Amino acid sequence: MVRAALAGVGLACVAGPLGCFVVWRRMAYFGDATAHAAILGVALSLAFSVSIFLGVLVMALVMASATSMLSGRLYAMDTLLGVAAHAALALGLVAVSFLSGVRVDLMAYLFGDILAVGLGDLAMIWLGATAALSLLCWRWGSLLTVTLNADLAAARGINARWEQQVLIVALALVVAVAIKVVGALLITAMLIIPAAAVRPFARTPEAMAVFAAGAGVFSALAGLGVSFRLDTPTGPTMVACAAVVFVVANLAFMGRRGA
Amino acid sequence: MSLISAEGIGVQYGARRVLQHMNFSIDVGEVVTIVGPNGAGKSVFLRVLIGAEQPSEGRVNRTHGLAIGYVPQRLSIGQTMPMSVARFLALSGSQNASTNQAMLTRVGISDRAKEQMASLSGGEFQRVLLAHALLGEPQVLILDEPTQGLDQPAVAAFYRLIEEVRDERGCAILMVSHDLNVVMRRSDRVICLNGHICCEGTPSDVSLAPEYQALFGVDNEGALALYHHEHDHTHDTVAVP
Repeated sequence: MVRAALAGVGLACVAGPLGCFVVWRRMAYFGDATAHAAILGVALSLAFSVSIFLGVLVMALVMASATSMLSGRLYAMDTLLGVAAHAALALGLVAVSFLSGVRVDLMAYLFGDILAVGLGDLAMIWLGATAALSLLCWRWGSLLTVTLNADLAAARGINARWEQQVLIVALALVVAVAIKVVGALLITAMLIIPAAAVRPFARTPEAMAVFAAGAGVFSALAGLGVSFRLDTPTGPTMVACAAVVFVVANLAFMGRRGA
Repeated sequence: MSLISAEGIGVQYGARRVLQHMNFSIDVGEVVTIVGPNGAGKSVFLRVLIGAEQPSEGRVNRTHGLAIGYVPQRLSIGQTMPMSVARFLALSGSQNASTNQAMLTRVGISDRAKEQMASLSGGEFQRVLLAHALLGEPQVLILDEPTQGLDQPAVAAFYRLIEEVRDERGCAILMVSHDLNVVMRRSDRVICLNGHICCEGTPSDVSLAPEYQALFGVDNEGALALYHHEHDHTHDTVAVP
């Protein structure tokens, strides 16, 4: 239980700030594509018996880099990502079915299995989360400038492609961290919902990032508590809590503005 | 000494040639203005110079570590990202709040520091962009139609400020402008652009060049004259309903 709580908090701390970039840069579908590639990563790591964390990380990186490079002219970005996201998910599920020798609990990878997090997993989660968060902090100013306007960034000597790559690596790390916690299907939710929930209350990007982390931590802990009491699946319960926070936050904001 | 120079720049989008055979350089303290019709490739050229766009041919040289202050033609800050004016100014690299506030005062919007960028009017927004560019202590200021959305007094104040900055810091200024009368009075050099450099030189030379007159009309001859005797002409009678 304590391990589960620590895992949830670790994920939320990095998912909040990264989620802000996903919201600002309209990368929600991009997040989905990367997250769904994780299932393929799981299949491959089981097949070659390497660590799931590594397999998912590599697959997420490959997927994110490929889609960001392929953004061409014939298809809009969301079409391309739609193809990528669903193809990756389908391929992953097919690939897992070939692994007849191993008993694979698919549900655990699709929706997370936070209660089964071991000490080793916990270490990986915190390591990955810290790495992703450090990356974001290090490039923060440049990332903000690129997100605002690529030309403004170029004039200041900031390379937009490089900063995009930084976000991709951070996203891949978070996907690898999150697959144990909320599962491949709900990773994007943990990125977007807390960030979106706190948007009305933030006046600067930094405030939004910190609030989002806070909202994520609250959702994780509340979700854990509720799922323990009601015996519901933990990952989905956490996301449901985040959704409640989103609704309450927006109602509160509308109420405050109306008053 | 030339801060930025370009040799044989060409830009092509698919089959469409946007720019060709562009040679350019700008020196310390020089004020250069680019004029030209819509779609002439003015903004594209600026974007090539700042490194935001790779030219299809030719090369751009910037002096090492050149600080560029850039004011884009259009910058939309969506509602998705919260961004106060003060925070935006700090993104220029100038973290000192009182310096930033002084700059806001200088561009004439001292009371807007706490506002959200998305809530500013068009004119206020342009001024914040200029303040942002200036706070980066630029050696060259590149402005893409910086006065759009400003009213007449603000346009005049804007150009005065830019001149002050040039005098104080010796910073070079390159701008795209449609304010022909101002351009003709305040630039050291004017470049008339329409896919390529049609003509180039001092304002008075350019305003007499046939290429310029072909683009902007002979009776603009030039905008210099237009500026001097703005009020000497009569209008056709307009029916008042």
